[in-house]
Amino acid sequence: MPSVHDNEQPKNAPDATSNPSEFSIEVISSTTATREALLQVIAGLAPIGLDPEDSETVELVLAEVLNNIVEHAYPEVGTVGAIHIRCRHLADGLHFRIRDFGNRMPDDKAPLGEMRSYDVDVEDLPEGGFGWFLIRDLAKDVHYSRIAGGNQLDLRIAVDYG
Amino acid sequence: MELLVKTEGDFCTVSVQDPRIDAAVAVAFKEAVRAQTQDAPPRVILDLTKVTFIDSSGLGAIVATMKHLAPERRLLLAGLTPPVKKVFELTRMDSVFQIFLTLEDALDAERA
Repeated sequence: MPSVHDNEQPKNAPDATSNPSEFSIEVISSTTATREALLQVIAGLAPIGLDPEDSETVELVLAEVLNNIVEHAYPEVGTVGAIHIRCRHLADGLHFRIRDFGNRMPDDKAPLGEMRSYDVDVEDLPEGGFGWFLIRDLAKDVHYSRIAGGNQLDLRIAVDYG
Repeated sequence: MELLVKTEGDFCTVSVQDPRIDAAVAVAFKEAVRAQTQDAPPRVILDLTKVTFIDSSGLGAIVATMKHLAPERRLLLAGLTPPVKKVFELTRMDSVFQIFLTLEDALDAERA
């Protein structure tokens, strides 16, 4: 396991670890935390040379996961909450573990992300609920657990190593 | 959120200048488009040519914009880059909006 670093400003490059197929990053929850974390993850994945489509999938799935943490796990303004992301690069894809120490998911379950019908009047169209749908659609082996005062979400993104 | 707005006859074009419409800017996006389309003609073309990333918050903001403009005005979309198009397709929101491949296509259709 790579160590989680200090509480200073998030850096723009992930920590080097002894294992080249794994990296970890940490950001502190804020309105810009998702963007910071995505930049670091993209930097961490650079050596793998993902094709653009896979890279976009990783960015979208993680954006949805991280936005949910910022909005729901740490909703109180001024809360200083850590978000850890670990990425392992294995034969069947990228395995991400995302952890935070904020509010638990409702009923201790990750939402199913079912889509509502669009066969409605314009004013009744949904403006939300797309996030979990996208996560479940694009990621595999999505597993949530509430562990020791924190949330842990594991997921895999099957990427093409070419 | 920087927008370029051009009005021509029965329609106006709102070109998003930022590369991302994500959770960090979704509210600002909604407010900026609302402010810029207050006196807009019946059709508003949202030009997304420069946008290379959109998340569910950005998608929700575009849906909210369409709802805000309705029923007097219609929101059309143009110039979706591949990652943006993908989000519309995955969520099937491409079935809700009229989408043009390029801004030019949208303009040609409106001028015809």
